Amino acid sequence: MENLGVIISLIIIFGGLAWLFWRSVQGREVERRIIFVFIFVAVAAPILFPITFEEKATPVVKSLFDKIESLPEKSKVLISFDYDPAMQPEVQPMANALSRHCLEKGHTVVFMCLWATGQSLLTATLESVIKPEFPELVDGTDYISVGYKAGNEGVLNVIVSDFIRMFPTDINGTPLDSTVIFQDIKSCADFDLILAVGGGRPGPKEWVLFVGDPAKVPIGVGVAAVVAPQLYPYYPRQVVGILGGVKGAAEYETELAAAHPRFDEVDKPGLRMMGPQTLAHMVIMAFIVIGNIAMFRARRKAE
Amino acid sequence: MRQTIPLFITFFIGILLIIAVFIPPFGELGETFTLFFDIMAVFAFFLGGGNLLRVHINKLRNKKPDWPYSIVTLSGFGLMLAAGLFKINNPGDIAAAVDTAGSLFYFMFHAAMVPLGSTMYSLLAFFVASASYRAFRAKNREATLLLIAAFIILLGRTPFGMYISGWIPDEVSLFQIPNLAVWIMNSPNLAGQRAIMIGIGLGVISMSLRLILGIERSYLGGDK
Amino acid sequence: MSYHSRRCLRSLPTITAIVSCLLLALPFYASGQEPVTDSVPADTAVVIEAAPPTTVLSSDHKYDDGDQINLSWVPSIDETLKDSKVIGYKIYRAEDGGEFELLAEIPDVDTTNAYADQEVEHGHKYAYYVASVTETGEYASLETMPLEPEREWLDLNKAYLFIMALIISGAVIIYVETAKRGKELFVRKIAGLEAIDDAVGRATEMGRPVLFIPGIHDMDDVQTLAALTILGRVARTIADYDTKIFMPVSRSLVMTAARETIKSSYQAAGRPDAYNDDMVNYVTDEQFGYVAAVDGIMVREKPATVFLLGAFFAESLILAETGNSVGAIQIAGTARPAQLPFFIAACDFTLIGEELFAASAYLSGEPRQLGSLKGQDVGKAIAMVVIIGGVATATLAGAWQMGFAESIHGWLMEVFSTN
Repeated sequence: MENLGVIISLIIIFGGLAWLFWRSVQGREVERRIIFVFIFVAVAAPILFPITFEEKATPVVKSLFDKIESLPEKSKVLISFDYDPAMQPEVQPMANALSRHCLEKGHTVVFMCLWATGQSLLTATLESVIKPEFPELVDGTDYISVGYKAGNEGVLNVIVSDFIRMFPTDINGTPLDSTVIFQDIKSCADFDLILAVGGGRPGPKEWVLFVGDPAKVPIGVGVAAVVAPQLYPYYPRQVVGILGGVKGAAEYETELAAAHPRFDEVDKPGLRMMGPQTLAHMVIMAFIVIGNIAMFRARRKAE
Repeated sequence: MRQTIPLFITFFIGILLIIAVFIPPFGELGETFTLFFDIMAVFAFFLGGGNLLRVHINKLRNKKPDWPYSIVTLSGFGLMLAAGLFKINNPGDIAAAVDTAGSLFYFMFHAAMVPLGSTMYSLLAFFVASASYRAFRAKNREATLLLIAAFIILLGRTPFGMYISGWIPDEVSLFQIPNLAVWIMNSPNLAGQRAIMIGIGLGVISMSLRLILGIERSYLGGDK
Repeated sequence: MSYHSRRCLRSLPTITAIVSCLLLALPFYASGQEPVTDSVPADTAVVIEAAPPTTVLSSDHKYDDGDQINLSWVPSIDETLKDSKVIGYKIYRAEDGGEFELLAEIPDVDTTNAYADQEVEHGHKYAYYVASVTETGEYASLETMPLEPEREWLDLNKAYLFIMALIISGAVIIYVETAKRGKELFVRKIAGLEAIDDAVGRATEMGRPVLFIPGIHDMDDVQTLAALTILGRVARTIADYDTKIFMPVSRSLVMTAARETIKSSYQAAGRPDAYNDDMVNYVTDEQFGYVAAVDGIMVREKPATVFLLGAFFAESLILAETGNSVGAIQIAGTARPAQLPFFIAACDFTLIGEELFAASAYLSGEPRQLGSLKGQDVGKAIAMVVIIGGVATATLAGAWQMGFAESIHGWLMEVFSTN
């Protein structure tokens, strides 16, 4: 049934594109609303009738994966959820994958956020991923959430030298200096790796400028695709790896499942979303071709 | 006087914060003033919220066009505020985190705000397509280069890039589409990004100096 | 005194020395022997499991406010043994000659032999010792001499940064002064800024409003300030032409600043009665809630001209495409490189990065402001020379192993790295 749905969807899309191509040869432009319909079908069809493709990690993704794999057990990792619900579909899969990976490797993880909206999304990861998949881990001993603090770069300016001054307690009100985790964490320099997940400001770039470089802590980033180009200047010196958009999330999920087979059965939203992304990209490319043909034909007619 | 005091404050604080970067005993000033700004911004929430209420109540009272939507705005505003302030249905007490799982705030955030935000963000998919259709035309040499680069990146971000170009031998693997896409991001794109970032940095220095020295004053209201 | 007595007296030092050596050697001798008597019980024997760390050094951290002391030590020699019992280290600290208290624990070996104590204050003296830890006990090193962390008034690590800042700021100030003295300065045309008057005129002719969006960041972002300075010029033109303006904002502080700016522009145009506070209204801090509101205004009010100036993020294309769909002429500008491609694709004119910051100077035409643009160009010239020099020396050093090129390259890296 699903295969039939996929076939019918592809016939509709490519048939429609062929018709538009024929119209463009006649020099006729495509109306905006027709483009919207095609995009809707291209994105909806792979969601209703799942199409997945194999993914292979690119070097920028693999290097972050290898970094987390190579850290000794009980390494201290800070994960910052710096995004809002709008970015959630793109970025949450990588936040979940990175959290899973770190906890599976036995690292001690501190969760925080620089965006007010990030706190609820962090809570969602704790409730839907960490607690069900790692029931043996103890909050306060193996991982801890310190929540959100207002101040943007001001927060980073403080925690780079004194973490507890900015976050005296965790989200449950427990003083941090009474927890096992913070016995030997005084500042960001005490972390072995910082993972900044987000895409706006404050976000990964601010982590590199205000914490990674001054405190000499390696930073890994997971960002929305549109922000990834801005971080390439920092790779590989200040940023050890970049997960860019849904593709980055899909690649990381694939690597994680390959290295730790118990995650093969968990939901992989990044991989799932590559189907719609791939088909949508193909449709956009087709429209670019159609638009250029229409332009050339119209120009020739005018001449 | 109306402009003199703000200009003096701008000058004094600006110079102080620049000097603080180079003088260790003043190093924490930057953080302190950031906290001051955050405190002021929080008080400004009252101004903004008050303005929002005033505009929509005014719309309701005078039955201006589209006034029913103001009821939606005011209801959402009031409900979210009450749920957060009074911790309605919150498993913890009044001092608990506002978004504790199970609270009304958590429910409304995840049931309403998250899907609404994601929906607006998803409009980008449609607008990217319509903008690409309109903008990526081979009108001249530069536009043609842009078009070719866009094609390679679009293909490289999908598995089809490898399917199409996987036959290319490893010795010239740079020309495999995914690798070509990565090269475009790492070389020409990176050069352009860095150049823009350098220009922006210098522009910020120039603008900041104009603000600190009082050469630029129009943001205070008026040129005098 | 008899001969016998004198011989005894002469031998006394020798006898004393021999007896002393025997007494000193006795413990070493006895430790390797079976106890001669039962007077020392076997269960009080001290077993030393590990050697303490050595060469514990404390030093003042340079160029700070006297709030850090750096500690280092040579790990216990037992760490090199196959059956080492050392499981970690403990650091103890005494303040101003007081009791030693536990400061920190290093719960593992082979991780570090250094520690930065950031809980110190200028004006107090601190002494330390480090103990190697086994399952059953601790073995302490010698104590360090008490050390008072020094407060430095200049951070010489940032000397190069200071010099660069002086050069660029100095250039800006020099050109401002030069311009004040009447020298003509060439500034190239910026199409987007030249089009502002025509864009506002278009709105007036069509009887449709102007929509001004100052980005979604607060007043602490210099892009928002740049947008507000342009608003001042645009509002003056709008006041002159008696065009309507809508300005929805997403930050309360921006709302108050924008109102002041527009009010002053109307007063300067001699039309204070035409100003209305409702021209600027606060919508929401939430990014996409704001976008939804602005899109609604665009679709309902159908502005003829849209200004998108300031800090934008993912909403940039949504706003630009919606503006395009209602037939508005759009002038955009941002210093966010990620959003520039969207504006360039969807808007009629785009101010790229520094052009946004140059806008207020460009539009005013005031010599002092134009002078600051020229000063900025000095910074760009330095950047270009350094990039070319750095690339050339890196190539020469890498490809031909030229020593002098390597030294220059190393020096450039030192100067331009941020620490």
